[in-house]
Amino acid sequence: MKLRAFALALALAVATTLPASAVTFRFAFQGDLKSLDPYSLNETFTHGMLGNVYEGLTKRDKDLKIIPGLATSWEQVEPTRWRFHLRKGVKFQNGEDFTADDVVFSAERSFKPASDIKTRIQPAGTKAMKVDDYTVDFVLPSPNPILPYEWDTWYILSKKWAEANGSVEPQPQAGQQQSYAALHANGTGPFIITEHQAGVKTVFKPNPNWWGKPEHNFDEVIFTTISNDATRVAALLSGDVDYADPIPLQDVERVNASANAHVLQGPELRTIFLGFDQYRDELKYSNVKGKNPFKDVRVRKAFYLAIDENAIVDKVMRKAAVASALMISPLLFPLAKDFTRPATDPAEAKKLLTEAGYPNGFEVTMDCPNDRYVNDEAICQAVTAMLARVGIKINLLAQPKAKYFAKILVSGGYDTSFYLLGWTPGSFDSWNILANMYRCRDEKGAGGNNNVGNYCNPKVEELTKEVLVEADTAKRDKMIEEAYKIGQEQDWGYIPLHQQALAWGASKKMKIVQRADNQILFYWFRKE
Amino acid sequence: MSAQAPVPLADEPQRRSRLAAVLDSDIAYSFLHSKVTIAAAIVALVIIAAAMLAPLIAPHDPYDLRTLSLLDSHNPPAWLTGGDARYLLGTDDQGRDVFSTILYGSRQSILIGLMATLFAGCLGIALGLIAGYAGGSLDALIMRAADIQSTFPAILIAMLIDGTSRALFGEQRNDQTVFWVMVLAIGLSFWVQYARTVRGSTLVEKNKDYVLAARLIGIHPGLILFRHVLPNVVGPVLVIATINLALAIITEATLSFLGLGLPSTEPSLGTLIQIGQKYLFAGEWWIAIFPGITLAALVLAVNLLGDWLRDALNPRLR
Amino acid sequence: MLAFIIRRLLQAIVVMLTVALIAFTLFRFVGDPVNQMVGIETSAEERAQLRQDLGLNDPVVFQFVRFIGNAARLNFGSSYQFKTPVIDLIADRLPATLELAFVSALFSLLVGIPMGVYTALHQRSILSNVFLAASLIGISLPTFLIGILLIFLFPVTLHILPSFGRGDVVHIGFWSTGLLTASGLKALVLPAVTLGLFQMTLIMRLVRGEMLEVLRTDYIKFARARGLSDRAVNFGHALKNTLVPVMTIAGLQLGSIIAFALITESVFQWPGMGLLFLRAVQNVDIPIMSAYLLLVALIFVIINLTVDLLYAVVDPRIRIDARTA
Repeated sequence: MKLRAFALALALAVATTLPASAVTFRFAFQGDLKSLDPYSLNETFTHGMLGNVYEGLTKRDKDLKIIPGLATSWEQVEPTRWRFHLRKGVKFQNGEDFTADDVVFSAERSFKPASDIKTRIQPAGTKAMKVDDYTVDFVLPSPNPILPYEWDTWYILSKKWAEANGSVEPQPQAGQQQSYAALHANGTGPFIITEHQAGVKTVFKPNPNWWGKPEHNFDEVIFTTISNDATRVAALLSGDVDYADPIPLQDVERVNASANAHVLQGPELRTIFLGFDQYRDELKYSNVKGKNPFKDVRVRKAFYLAIDENAIVDKVMRKAAVASALMISPLLFPLAKDFTRPATDPAEAKKLLTEAGYPNGFEVTMDCPNDRYVNDEAICQAVTAMLARVGIKINLLAQPKAKYFAKILVSGGYDTSFYLLGWTPGSFDSWNILANMYRCRDEKGAGGNNNVGNYCNPKVEELTKEVLVEADTAKRDKMIEEAYKIGQEQDWGYIPLHQQALAWGASKKMKIVQRADNQILFYWFRKE
Repeated sequence: MSAQAPVPLADEPQRRSRLAAVLDSDIAYSFLHSKVTIAAAIVALVIIAAAMLAPLIAPHDPYDLRTLSLLDSHNPPAWLTGGDARYLLGTDDQGRDVFSTILYGSRQSILIGLMATLFAGCLGIALGLIAGYAGGSLDALIMRAADIQSTFPAILIAMLIDGTSRALFGEQRNDQTVFWVMVLAIGLSFWVQYARTVRGSTLVEKNKDYVLAARLIGIHPGLILFRHVLPNVVGPVLVIATINLALAIITEATLSFLGLGLPSTEPSLGTLIQIGQKYLFAGEWWIAIFPGITLAALVLAVNLLGDWLRDALNPRLR
Repeated sequence: MLAFIIRRLLQAIVVMLTVALIAFTLFRFVGDPVNQMVGIETSAEERAQLRQDLGLNDPVVFQFVRFIGNAARLNFGSSYQFKTPVIDLIADRLPATLELAFVSALFSLLVGIPMGVYTALHQRSILSNVFLAASLIGISLPTFLIGILLIFLFPVTLHILPSFGRGDVVHIGFWSTGLLTASGLKALVLPAVTLGLFQMTLIMRLVRGEMLEVLRTDYIKFARARGLSDRAVNFGHALKNTLVPVMTIAGLQLGSIIAFALITESVFQWPGMGLLFLRAVQNVDIPIMSAYLLLVALIFVIINLTVDLLYAVVDPRIRIDARTA
């Protein structure tokens, strides 16, 4: 009967049209807003969308600097105790007051088995403790100088609301019951969700009681999924939507040439890179038997030198990407300017392969997603052609992301020999990169969980541990730099390719704020 | 088949004369008197010949990755500004010569289409004849199988078969297996139409006096089916077959759209269109439009030939 | 006749069970649902636990029996992606697909049959050749390309008709319809044409072919000889006789329409079941996929049954046969 109530609400929504002067902002994204429960999916788009409705203790401003959110200030009382002072007078959208209880509740909720953001509060074992109604302490088992770095997407839920609606735990993934919190939202943020039709559209209305000062001028925001690239571009060009994300790179020129829309391009934080299986004694997918050529640093370097990243940036990415020497965006690491990519050198690559004992090259299968990153399959094809010139025959296996991730990640037993992947450090900090990409792991993934090829160097491992507890920024940066020097320039552990560019398409009537983490926060947008 | 079956002698001359009559006069006559058919035949022949001789006449080998350069990608056709004389119809996003890729792609498309149609036709006609003629539980079994089959539309079947092949071959499946998986996937989804049509006609035909008569004088059921029922359903079957050949080629293209078709390293016409449609809005129309024109011309020619063949072969139209 | 229907119904149940089994078994190979349900940082132990909780480690037979038991009670479980009961999602999306399929079938019949009749009656006329050529070009391009070209032509270049979605819908009970609002009707045009073009061509060619054949039969010649008007002969006798095969094919084409609705819905972001299914395949959302397949199977069983029954009504010889068989 929920359905009928919903239908009725919809009919009313259609019937009660807005006043003529009302500003409706319509936008389209390629993916679905799968759940309104902010703890159920750790993914950029979901975080961004729900960031219009929910808020964390901290927020990030337009330049990604951490600013106060539901907490007005915080301090490290001692290395293992952080204190957060909460904003007073904030109300949830259902009218309840926001207090320390909600923070403690949300912290506990984030640790629940069904939560997908269990790693927001690090290290494991950290406890949130109420000091008074507007003060919360976090007690850590070991120091963590970057504790609140990812908290802009740890959204605070109302304890009472969750308890009243059976949503104390995020919905277990395997659960058969419908989760209230997955279909309804009750945040403290600038927008209220008034209608949510999973996978079709979501309607937002401004929150009249928001504590902040709205910069937007919307009376209504309607989000629709448009998964097909051409249709999304067409919807923008025809004026059916005011904003579309992403715009395929090849259509950027076309959109810019149109009378009513343009493309906002900016650097993104995700790094696209290639990785090798450096762990198995024999590659699973190669004609080299009895040994693993990728264990030989000369082979890895040869691959690196054979790939003409500039051509990829120019032709595949249509210049909408920045070639990267590191696994992290230079925007996130101040010493990144000390690193440069070596020039492409197929002759040198061929020489290195010969020295390593592969004068005629060898065959290896490359895993590649074809619907995850900007032009991912085209990049892999280009790499395939470039490696062919130094005698490496790549069997390209490009698959949809569902199949791709199932194969190459921990769940598939890291079932790959050579792969393309993209990574954004959730904390915008190098420790995330070192911990996920450069730390050794065991076969079950303990350690560097996303170190698919298991690059492993004890020295880097050591540095990673030190980086986590080092509080002096300059010293810390030096350690990170040393780790990168070993990982990249000495070991050639990965082939970083580029940071792709964001390409947001917007009607010329729109004023858009584009943040480099690709979250769509429309409370900063305006429509003239 | 006719060699093994006991055939009354009296039947022989009549049959030969019918065959001869068709070959000598009607087909040749109607062919030579239809300009459209001649044109269609020429177009089809040219495309098929060019496709089969692709390695000999294509200026570039799109399968040889060593000869590709990204720097040559997205070149417009030679006669436009920015065009390169080496690439008559321009290059695609990987720097492949569009003309050469079309030749190789046509070969893939035609082969998949022919194989799939042949497979579906043989299976469907055989099952339809059996079902219609035998009736009873065999009929029920076959037609329920057809129900199940048609329950899964072509695209779904292809998805399922694709999934199964991945499970069977693991990740080691190569372009060759993908090709046969496509043939199987597309072919399997089309047999129902033949079977239904053939069965329907068989149901009607088998109660006619001439079949009853043939049965009474002891002619082998298989022979009756082939000699008496089959010629009567040849018309509808040919129409289905021609449309199916086109449909098979287009289904393969559609599967490319869903990411299940032939890999882009050894593309078919459909894969090429799918790659090219991404660049349509961007004004790089040649990547999709030239393969599209080739596909349309091929399908059109095949359909026209089918139309003509249908008229020429149908005994009732004479 | 009753026995015939009952037997068909029993067969239909067997069909449904088989479909369920095939779909269920094969979907095990599509990919790992766990990956779609959790973020990239989730550890191996948690993934294994989740797999255990979902029952993905149980033998396939157990999972299947569990599935059938639930399906019989219309419980298809919750979508992995949306955390919503699948039955609600399907109920939400079904009207969109059926409306699109219905309108495009209507389009293909209303345009296809007259064109087929016309081209059969006026074989040599220029208009006939134009019809034939145009319809052939329509089926010579893949659906997705036609859809994209239509979008490029109408919404983008001419700024008429919407580029995606259903427009405003009105809810009547559980049914949502776009047929009652101007924007809903406008939104139907391009998807329905894209989807119906193929069927239209097929029906036109079929009608033309059958009609030509019937027109040359003796009894039509005889009817003409008796002095019946052209109108009576063409429509009273010839057209009526062409309708048997047309009906079979048209019935079967409904399946094809629903199948190709996958593509059309994807191109036009039409919020129907096909789109739901495609996205489910991409995200390995097994509950949605199995429910969709069963539902499609059900629709097909009904279509097949109807075609069979109509067939029996139209052609008495088969009726007798069916009764005795």
